[in-house]
Amino acid sequence: MVSAVPLLEINGLRTYFYTLRGIVKAVDNVSLKLEKGETLGIVGESGCGKSTLAWSIIGLVPPPGKIVDGSIIIDGIDITKMSEGEIREKIRWKKVSMIFQGAMNALNPVYKIREQVAEPMILAGYSEHEAYKRVDELLEAVGLTPAVGDRYPHELSGGMKQRVVIAMALTLEPDLVIADEPTTALDVVVQAQILNLLKELQRKKKRSIIIISHDLGAVTELAEKIAVMYAGKIVEFGTAEQVFNNPLHPYTQALIRAIPRLTGPVTKLEYIPGAPPDLRFPPPGCRFAPRCSKVMDICHKEEPPMKELEKGHFVACHLYD
Amino acid sequence: MRGESIVYSMEIGEKILEVKDLKVWFPVSQSFIDNLRGKAKLFVHAVDGVSFEVHEKETFCLVGESGCGKTTTGKAILRLVPVTGGSVKFKPSKSVLKDLEERGIEPDSDGTVDLVSVPLKKFKPLRRDLQIVYQDPYGSMNPRYRIRDVIGEAIDVHKAASTREEKEEMIIKVLEKVKLTPATDFIDRYPHQLSGGQRQRVAIARAIILNPRLVIADEPVSMLDVSIRAEILELFNELKKDIGLSYIFITHDLAVARYVCNRIAVMYLGKIVEMGDAREIIADPMHPYTKALVAAIPDPNPENRKKIREVPIIGEVPNAINIPPGCRFHPRCVYYNRAAKGEGDARLAEKCPRDQPPFKEVKPGRRVACWLYE
Repeated sequence: MVSAVPLLEINGLRTYFYTLRGIVKAVDNVSLKLEKGETLGIVGESGCGKSTLAWSIIGLVPPPGKIVDGSIIIDGIDITKMSEGEIREKIRWKKVSMIFQGAMNALNPVYKIREQVAEPMILAGYSEHEAYKRVDELLEAVGLTPAVGDRYPHELSGGMKQRVVIAMALTLEPDLVIADEPTTALDVVVQAQILNLLKELQRKKKRSIIIISHDLGAVTELAEKIAVMYAGKIVEFGTAEQVFNNPLHPYTQALIRAIPRLTGPVTKLEYIPGAPPDLRFPPPGCRFAPRCSKVMDICHKEEPPMKELEKGHFVACHLYD
Repeated sequence: MRGESIVYSMEIGEKILEVKDLKVWFPVSQSFIDNLRGKAKLFVHAVDGVSFEVHEKETFCLVGESGCGKTTTGKAILRLVPVTGGSVKFKPSKSVLKDLEERGIEPDSDGTVDLVSVPLKKFKPLRRDLQIVYQDPYGSMNPRYRIRDVIGEAIDVHKAASTREEKEEMIIKVLEKVKLTPATDFIDRYPHQLSGGQRQRVAIARAIILNPRLVIADEPVSMLDVSIRAEILELFNELKKDIGLSYIFITHDLAVARYVCNRIAVMYLGKIVEMGDAREIIADPMHPYTKALVAAIPDPNPENRKKIREVPIIGEVPNAINIPPGCRFHPRCVYYNRAAKGEGDARLAEKCPRDQPPFKEVKPGRRVACWLYE
């Protein structure tokens, strides 16, 4: 589905954190496009800026963080130009909602599930009666019985809580749902069930989903397109098949080889030596250069530009100059 | 960094640990009134009759979902939780045996000691032989200790070095062993100055500094990024080769288990349901629960997004206080549920909810507790 206006368009986004110890460039010149109904996976190590990117899209960058440059256009409107009040009124939860990392542990222990799920709807102007009725529908949509609405969070298992959190993200029928590590901290069986649920939601309602995870396995379960992030930048972008079957960036290649597999020969696992750079003082040139096995002289001097090597498959690496 | 074969298929030595019918039950606190009324005491059956063996230079994996008792099993072996029943025969090293004898603990004729029957007050020498690496490299170290002190504490507690120089030398050597080089760079740092992978290396260094025989590794890589996970797993394998360690490796991730373990025991609600060679179990799981676990793991492949992943399991893990009668997996088992509807083996419909299945050897080296294989 390609419509004239993409659902989400990010251009040259920079989100920096102004800490006392220096400026942390968590998101540094990121550009993305997402069509309606598309599923995008963002993969990267912890600290690569993937969560900050998500917070930027929903206008919730925690202080001392700030969007310093670039635009985030949702349905034709640039939200970086909007005030907090406007974002709250027009964008957040109505157009874009988010399943926050670990949100299932942030449910309010003294409110019943029904009250918590209904809250955004009541704030958006639904009557209490309408909102509660809709909660029952939502709970069913995420595979729970309406009776769960009468329970308190501590009475639910981890998987059920995660379903509740997903229901909360769907309350106001947003076009785009961002799921930040939706399956981390869940058991494998529950993880598979939650991923199935997200798959169904995406198929039935043609909703766009951005799934953010460090786990390529979880991302490939859902995403049609994959963006690989490293140290605040997108280093590779393409369809899941392109990125996974024909990875171009040495970082993506190493990441894929580092995954323990359930099938095939058991070879010695490969790893990426070293650690991601300190985002206050990123290395000059390519940020992956200090850890890269194919590093060249130019990598330490010049930042590689994003290049389209095949249709829709972008990579930022000097190997392809 | 890339080799053809893993150090996995190493020679396995003699048996060093034999766990028999280990039980750990935690009492559930009840109200005073309930106690007065004489209401029956309730227990969480965290570990409910577990038996296995670990050999020298072997990596034995305990796999299962959270709450299945895998961590409690590990802690019970180290006597970090009170043990309700069963025995844990362990073969200590010579120097530990000597210390134990000095404290009046005589080993059995085969040189083993039952860890469960050693009074906790006399347990200290055994801690040199039995060590643990915890899951969370962020929470398992005192933030005010330098790496020197984090690792050196064990040396002080067990008086393993006579001079300050000797202690320093031991610390530097062990840091080199876990590849935190140059060691002098790391020795004076605080934990917060290290990355997650480096911290986990320190945790491993702390565990191996006194040359233990058995290290229990409790989800040692689950909090690390995929890109550095492999590095730590390789370190475990290398140490096994270099210093002849044995591991009990506790993990929920079967894919990780496939790379480091010789044998796997799959636990469900406090019991082992299947045990055998790691790769054989993953390639051909026999117990319905193991089948579900294997089916649930996303093997990265873009084709996966086009289909819904079928996981052959029903509902959620029941509470460990009221364990289902008969086979404790039967309410979630697709085979039983099919049979109960009259569609499958009628024998199962009757047997599963009534009798506990025996833990039987169904083929060489593979044990399964399931009525399907009767």
